[in-house]
Amino acid sequence: MKKLLALIMALALVLGLAACGQPAGNESQAPEGGTSQQPDEPQGEEPQGGATGDFLVGAIYINGQNDTAGYTYQHHKGITAAMEELGLDPATQLLIVDNVPEDLTQVSNAIDQLANQGANIIFGISFGYIDAMAQKAEEYPDIVFCHGTGYLGNETNFVNYFGRIYQARYLTGIAAGLKSLELGNNNLGYVAAYNTEYAETCSGINAFTLGAQSVNPDVVVHVNQIDTWGDETLERQAAEALVDTYDCCVIAQHCDSAQPQLVAADREVFGCGYNSDMTAQAPTAHLTAAIWNWDVFYKTAMETAMSCGAAGDFVGALGTNAYYAGLAEGLVDISPLSENCAENTQAIIDAVRELIVSGDWDVFSGVKLSYDVAEDGTVTINQTEAPLVTNDGTEIVAAGGESVTDSVIKSEMNYNVEGVIAH
Amino acid sequence: MTDPISVLTLFLFNIIVYNIPLLYGTVGEILTEKSGSLNLGVEGTMAVGAMFGYLAGSLSNSMLLGLLVSMVAAGLCGLLFSVLTVTLQANQNVTGLTITTFGLGLYFFIGKGMGANWPAMQDSPSLVNGFAPVEIPGLSAIPVVGKALFSHSGMVYLAIVIAVAVWWYLKYTKVGLRLRAIGENPGAADSVGVNIVLYKYIHLIAGSAIMGLGGFYMALNMGGSFEGSNCWVNGYGWIAVALVIFANWNAVAAILGTLVFGFFNTLQVYSGSLASAFPEGLGWLSAVPPHLYMALPFLITAIVLVVSSIRNKRESSGQPSALGTNYFREDR
Repeated sequence: MKKLLALIMALALVLGLAACGQPAGNESQAPEGGTSQQPDEPQGEEPQGGATGDFLVGAIYINGQNDTAGYTYQHHKGITAAMEELGLDPATQLLIVDNVPEDLTQVSNAIDQLANQGANIIFGISFGYIDAMAQKAEEYPDIVFCHGTGYLGNETNFVNYFGRIYQARYLTGIAAGLKSLELGNNNLGYVAAYNTEYAETCSGINAFTLGAQSVNPDVVVHVNQIDTWGDETLERQAAEALVDTYDCCVIAQHCDSAQPQLVAADREVFGCGYNSDMTAQAPTAHLTAAIWNWDVFYKTAMETAMSCGAAGDFVGALGTNAYYAGLAEGLVDISPLSENCAENTQAIIDAVRELIVSGDWDVFSGVKLSYDVAEDGTVTINQTEAPLVTNDGTEIVAAGGESVTDSVIKSEMNYNVEGVIAH
Repeated sequence: MTDPISVLTLFLFNIIVYNIPLLYGTVGEILTEKSGSLNLGVEGTMAVGAMFGYLAGSLSNSMLLGLLVSMVAAGLCGLLFSVLTVTLQANQNVTGLTITTFGLGLYFFIGKGMGANWPAMQDSPSLVNGFAPVEIPGLSAIPVVGKALFSHSGMVYLAIVIAVAVWWYLKYTKVGLRLRAIGENPGAADSVGVNIVLYKYIHLIAGSAIMGLGGFYMALNMGGSFEGSNCWVNGYGWIAVALVIFANWNAVAAILGTLVFGFFNTLQVYSGSLASAFPEGLGWLSAVPPHLYMALPFLITAIVLVVSSIRNKRESSGQPSALGTNYFREDR
């Protein structure tokens, strides 16, 4: 009797757990059933005819598709937005496998699952999916493979995609620098997951610093590194330490949660967020955030895949197997400036954005910017030739020299520029 | 640059602010383990207490209700554990792990389900005020020590009070003595008429309720911001399980244990600040790879395990002899 009762209790617990997981599971199953019945339905309304009607998009997420914030959320939002713009129905034409850890077997299984369901293009959003994506791109030459943040690709159906987030960081640096001038405090803080270990974090810190220095040459950026991509408790502590011990007046961040912005609000200082507009979380502190508009890439990729005919022609039609876009394409941007920003911030940022978009200047070059703001608010940008120097005195780019190359920014940058103090 | 003394003060202050949840978790687990049950569900129990306590507290704008609900919700996890292991004789390790998985799942399920309706902490003044630091008159004015020890939230002092109370209860009350007897030899306790099932149920639930308070503290300390990828409790439940061993099942020693673990936890964040504040004495800190600080508490636990296994032979260990084994009367 007791054994039977134990069995029933155990069963109830298991079912309870299964029920918890269900909302995510359910929806990822839904498109599967839907597509098998409805491929013809939207065809009639679409001007492109069959091309959009039976086009299936596959996506592999590291976290849940129902997340309300964070990395997966940003990509999911980008994919669905792109699909809607192209007249694809995310409810029936988007196949998702979510909560897939960075494990060769699990990613391979997810790809097989999407391939069996008939996906025409598969997006893998996390760096660690790289080997599985590369292998499966060979195995399924009829499917287009796009891998986020990676560096592999082939000449036919496999590309990687990433963005010049450092350009957006430079703009947030300008906002922070102007705020520091207004407050008369030259200490800025930066909560970083990592620093020189990854080119992604390192280039972001450098760009933020250069942006801040362009308006306030005396500014220093204190970097507190937490050695993990996501740990709310550490993010909060690191931000508190920056404010309390280095007297930082603006806290920027390259980490997952909004905790650094919440600390800025608590301590009545200011902050620059990352990934999403964090003004909602910290209305009294947030200035602007560096953000990603992933839909820009997803739209381009889907359009190309639909129009290029065979999956093998995808890379040729896209023109590259390493998509790397910035402010010009709109893949990266900053969130609307909040009311906390100092005077003239908008005008200066607009002018610099125009300069970067024009392609005449880039962040890591031998030319430094400074600005004159006229009475009527018009901004003149002064370009001065000056070397790009690291904080241990090494010259990276000579005065007036060309920008550091993309491959260095993407994968090799491992130094901090002058003005960065890593703690 | 702020002066070295204030960096030191902040460092000490933060050791307590960020690590008090460990004390709640550890004391709850000590009460549980003294009854002879090993509950590995601390992490999940704390997560459940955090989620329900925070939601109840912020939606009703009542600190008291938050405290109460966090205890009740976590207590229910304790009840589940008791039903499974005491009444149904399920394996304690597996049940504990299940509760951790279940608790974390429930935490994210509810948090994500709230979506945009998630209540912000600043919208409920009762929580903000209830968690605000209480300056102890006189003592808080002492330099360094005053800020580091005597200007904390009421929940910090509550944790100390609970730790001392549990220690006294186990050591000096008749009920505590009987409980310890159950943990050492349930058969002997049963033979002298102690109601094993009742004792186990009450103390397993009470232990879990204390863990729940730790979760609630964590939620408030993080400003009540739910992120969806990261749990507030963040592994503290597991450290608490290790701390029980470190403290040799002594609730007062757990206070010391919390400070030692907290010291290394906080050093990870403050090593840079301390190195630049005391360049001569502590300059070397910035050269230490941060991963060492993350590993140190566990390294110490490993050493303590070795020491305690040696001590076991000398019979001064606080580990209950019947820990982890279910008591089934008919087996006697």
